Amino acid sequence: MSEGRRGVRHAEHVMGTVVSFDIRDPATPAVGRALREAVAWLHHVDEVFSPYRPASTVSRLGRGELAPERCGAEVAEVLELCEAAARATGGWFTHTPGGRLDPSGMVKGWAVERASRILYEAGAHNTCVNGGGDIQLRGEAAPGVPWRVGIAHPLRPGAVCAVVTGRDLAVATSGTAERGPHVLDPHTGEPATALASLTLTGPGLTWTDALATAAFAMGHGARAWTAALDTHEALAVTATGELWHTPGFPA
Amino acid sequence: MRKAAVTTVSTVAGVVLLLSLKPHVNATPAVAAPSPSAPSSAPSSGAPSPSPSTSRTTSASPTGTYTGDTFDTRYGPVQLAVTLAQGKITAVKALRTPSGDGRSQQIASYAVPQLTSETLSAQSARIDAVSGATYTSEGYVQSLQSALDKAGV
Repeated sequence: MSEGRRGVRHAEHVMGTVVSFDIRDPATPAVGRALREAVAWLHHVDEVFSPYRPASTVSRLGRGELAPERCGAEVAEVLELCEAAARATGGWFTHTPGGRLDPSGMVKGWAVERASRILYEAGAHNTCVNGGGDIQLRGEAAPGVPWRVGIAHPLRPGAVCAVVTGRDLAVATSGTAERGPHVLDPHTGEPATALASLTLTGPGLTWTDALATAAFAMGHGARAWTAALDTHEALAVTATGELWHTPGFPA
Repeated sequence: MRKAAVTTVSTVAGVVLLLSLKPHVNATPAVAAPSPSAPSSAPSSGAPSPSPSTSRTTSASPTGTYTGDTFDTRYGPVQLAVTLAQGKITAVKALRTPSGDGRSQQIASYAVPQLTSETLSAQSARIDAVSGATYTSEGYVQSLQSALDKAGV
């Protein structure tokens, strides 16, 4: 580290949200290049996977204009992940809502986790990549100091209902605060409204984010379901403002 | 990887709750409509996808144990088994979770969060980032994360 200041910050509008980068390692040229690569990666993902872009690979696949085997390895990987998540959650996660191909519930966490890895491999080992509220942490905020992630209170805009502290951690929250009831219970087709938000913590954002979405759709059933996950912990605020957490969060 | 393995990295965690908050349902932002470019993070209507070993049914009340495919994360394989009775989840078992090489351990050494009853405002919570329901590109402007980004390192 020469005269370069420590750390790099960047916020990128992409994928219908904003992805915030908070790099606590020295701002070396290699880290700068990796940040540009990570940003380019996110835009690439948006172009390939967005169901809102008529020309995206996923849109063309969904319309039957493109054969699955011609969609490339990235699409195949994500679709495999979606199918695994659907099976692992008993159908509570789905990438075919209403029969329409929409892998968005998997794509963001997967893309952000890979962006985090791009930084890591360039030597940025202490980073926070926040994909519109779903976070992949690596390393720590400062030597000896873990990251502190505030959990937005779903019923009180601007307030934080909890702080999760940790290293090498993914934190994903699914909820109604920003977009209203938009997560459907796949078993009834009705919007999931029992919970105001559900936060899941775990090792990697791809899986953590997908499971958080599935658990949110479960409503009150999420409590027992998340308690049984030994890889993840959960914290939820119900629609009536009650807060519960898995036993793995020591009080 | 069991949580016990985490102790090698001194992963004490803290979760600080703001308690005794009266919910203000009316204060919930009414940004109900996703922006056109916004990805929906939603599973929605659709039949469950049971494993090949279970007879597929479009019934809304499946019963049986659904073993997920082994999911290869870059931190190691993950596999879950979910038991349903009349459509209700009665058990979930993690059959495989990441473990193994140094990289897995490093990534999997996440903290077990902790809850306390201490009340903190967002400002005094000294947070580095905010997790919440996915905001739109427009909603970001008013978000706590936006404020943190502006504050810089």
